[in-house]
Amino acid sequence: MSDAILNALGALFEGVRFLLAHGGPNLIMISVACAMFWLAIAKGVEPLLLLPIAFGCLLVNLPLSEVMAAGGVLKTLYDFGIGNELFPLLIFVGIGSMTDFTPLLANPRLLLFGAAGQLGIFITLLLALALGFSKEEAVSVAAIGACDGPTVIYVSNMFAEMNRIPTAMVGALAVAAYSYMALVPVIQPPIMRLLTTRKEREVKMPSPKGKVSKAALIAFPVVVTVITGIVAPKGLPLMGMIMLGNFLKVSGVAPRLASAAENEIANIATLFLGLAIGGTMAGPQFLTRETLMVFGLGLVAITIDTVGGILLGKVWYLLSGGKMNPLVGAAGISAYPMAARLVQNEGQRWNKHNYLLMHAMAANTGGQIGSVMAAAIMLSLLKGLGII
Amino acid sequence: MNNYVFGLTMLVVGMGGTLATLFLVTLVIGALTRLFPVRPVEGAEKQ
Repeated sequence: MSDAILNALGALFEGVRFLLAHGGPNLIMISVACAMFWLAIAKGVEPLLLLPIAFGCLLVNLPLSEVMAAGGVLKTLYDFGIGNELFPLLIFVGIGSMTDFTPLLANPRLLLFGAAGQLGIFITLLLALALGFSKEEAVSVAAIGACDGPTVIYVSNMFAEMNRIPTAMVGALAVAAYSYMALVPVIQPPIMRLLTTRKEREVKMPSPKGKVSKAALIAFPVVVTVITGIVAPKGLPLMGMIMLGNFLKVSGVAPRLASAAENEIANIATLFLGLAIGGTMAGPQFLTRETLMVFGLGLVAITIDTVGGILLGKVWYLLSGGKMNPLVGAAGISAYPMAARLVQNEGQRWNKHNYLLMHAMAANTGGQIGSVMAAAIMLSLLKGLGII
Repeated sequence: MNNYVFGLTMLVVGMGGTLATLFLVTLVIGALTRLFPVRPVEGAEKQ
């Protein structure tokens, strides 16, 4: 009888024994989860994503946790919505319905900033290869340059499902992507000031036309979907879903669907995606040299994106005879509408009469399209090269 | 294909393809806004 009681008590303390014997990595990851809680709650850093990711991370790192074992709750969520790339795509429907492409349609030339803002993807790809990452790992890391969490998860998970990259890397990539998106207000302003002269930053741009017909707004998502389907069919699910969300919104005839996409669908997918991604952050697999390199390369990617946009802005400034404010180029990334607001603030800091917001919003929505297009083209190239 | 060739191919074709495709999209947007111009509101015309 006493043996049975002792054995039963021993079972209750098995977790403590595990932590004492091999729990170092788990304890570190539990601390990381707590740091993410703090960032999300106290600092407001991407709380919608960081809270579920951090909680998933906590759940999977508690001793003897079975949440990511076969049949475990996080593993079930992972298989249900990440393993088949469903959750990132559902989030894209929501993003599409939240995005207003009117400023872009009013000033379509600014879409080119959305292309320049993807330079970080391809330069980081080269760097990652030089650092010894495999082709698939390098492409996944480079996708952080898209400044777009769902794109990173979509691309990296595709390789994880093919067993070309470790599953734990998907978690590292997702956390790096969302962290750097949240850090855009810290990363971008110093680069803006470093690469532009005071004279350039003070350039006052005229107000854009601003008016676009409803028919053009409705045709736009359909046309972009068709172009992507023709040019880069491997990335069609990404662009198709973002444009579907936007189409529901601008059509004006399905407000319930648009509202569901923007709210219920996006929220539920975000919660489940965050939890499942957090579940991939088990200490022993997550704490590797590669994870640190992923974070380093992610920072490089977003920095080069900003540099690419501003450099195009400087060329445009020269070609236009000083009419383009190069700061607008920094908004050519996918962090919407954060990057546009930053450009507006930075422009006003140097010239109080400067209103760059609508131009920056156009470049910013261009960045959203550009990031998805770059990922779509990258996937199609990989298929063409026989890698996927 | 070695990593060096792969990386450069992705850089040139990937970045070039992104630029070219988005340039095509700007042309299409221009065509759309010409095809579907903003029409003045009838009530506003009467006033």
